[in-house]
Amino acid sequence: MRLDAAVLAVTQVVVMVVLTPLLIGLMRQVRSRLEGRAGAGIAQPWRDVRKLLAKEVLKAPGTSWVQATGPVVLVASSLVLCALIPLVGTVAFPLIPDDLFVVVGVLLIGTVALALVGLDAGSAFGGMGSSRHMTIAALVEPTVLVAIYALSVPIGSSALSQIVDSRMQSPASIAAPVSLLALVALAIAVIAETSRMPVDNPSTHLELTMVHEAMTLESSGRDLAWLELGSWLRLAALLGLIGALVLPWGLATEITPLTLLIGVVAVTIKLAILGAVLATVEVFLAKLRLFRVPELLAGSFVLALLAVTASYLTVQA
Amino acid sequence: MTFRRALRLITKTGRVAEPAPPPPEPLPARPAELAGSVQIRHVDCGSCNGCEIEIANAFGPVYDVERYGARLVASPRHADVVLATGVVTRNMLDPLRRTIDATPRPRLVIALGDCARNGGMFTGAYGVVGAVTDVVDVDLEIPGCPPEPEAIVSALRRVTGR
Repeated sequence: MRLDAAVLAVTQVVVMVVLTPLLIGLMRQVRSRLEGRAGAGIAQPWRDVRKLLAKEVLKAPGTSWVQATGPVVLVASSLVLCALIPLVGTVAFPLIPDDLFVVVGVLLIGTVALALVGLDAGSAFGGMGSSRHMTIAALVEPTVLVAIYALSVPIGSSALSQIVDSRMQSPASIAAPVSLLALVALAIAVIAETSRMPVDNPSTHLELTMVHEAMTLESSGRDLAWLELGSWLRLAALLGLIGALVLPWGLATEITPLTLLIGVVAVTIKLAILGAVLATVEVFLAKLRLFRVPELLAGSFVLALLAVTASYLTVQA
Repeated sequence: MTFRRALRLITKTGRVAEPAPPPPEPLPARPAELAGSVQIRHVDCGSCNGCEIEIANAFGPVYDVERYGARLVASPRHADVVLATGVVTRNMLDPLRRTIDATPRPRLVIALGDCARNGGMFTGAYGVVGAVTDVVDVDLEIPGCPPEPEAIVSALRRVTGR
């Protein structure tokens, strides 16, 4: 059982590291095509990361060890996230649970690491980005917790693999009102957490409107590569979580080469579909004013709260 | 813009990017690390904004230089290329040098437009230190006043090698 879980975790991490830049490339490509452009091709993020790793690391005067460790912590937390979330299969470690509280905690480690990197250089834009990032995180984390908690009530366990397992066995529960409310809330929270439209514009050049980009302004070379890869991995892992909750098919419940292969193919297809949908929706959205973002996130929290209430009512009925 | 209008615009416009011309000869001094991916920081040292309009065109949907792996970035620390336009005015001399210093190696400096190459019509004017080529080491020059988007795209393709 333990070996199974280890094999699965390693597979998930390797698959996600390979797939994630391609997913980002796919999303940029979809956007380019909708804008009438030709697009740089889906391998472009891989070329960018490879180039950044080969470049010199320049440090702004006054920066500390946080500048170098923060990005590594972010990547490490994202890799743990990829190992914990049931993306390829639902075999969990007995001692390290893929519990929803563990997952949100790991998510928060990455968030804080990124915010510290933004603060480290002491530049105005970095501090502004960090403060915005933490404001959004404070509003998002409860929503993620409550939304998945709503899904865990009928099952009686907050382990993600068991939630996904039960949805695989009774697909009717996916279209239940509780599940739909929770998924919409979760989707909005994931979009905010990963700095996508309409909360943040990932391709902006205007420092005043930046959230995620502002924190990376002073990073270069290897540090920047880790920051980019870490943030992309978070996006891919959370999209993968939504994919596993909406379409729980294809996940490996026991580990054999064949089930692993099916799981990998399934997660690739799910990520491609979700990435293309997200990129398409983003084309139609404008960035929200920063002061409107809490309203959006409060709305998603209300949906999550309704989901929890509804799931208690259905359990008792 | 409503959803329906945006959708109609997207479906009606379709692809506006022009077919890619054959790739130009790669730059001999091009660092091998920059193959296929070049991030560009643009510095306006005192330009009349003509070059800026042409840069915006080169990165727009029609010429779409992003398809060759070039991208404009918001910070010199993310950049591989400093793209300088205009004559260097007294106030921009220090920011230009500091921007180049803040760009991690391997890096290239491109002087875009006649003002950046030799001062153009602003040579000897009040408040002007000189052309970009006078004050910093320049690796590649793009002539024209302003250069056509095709010339900008072709020069950037020489750097990306795509």
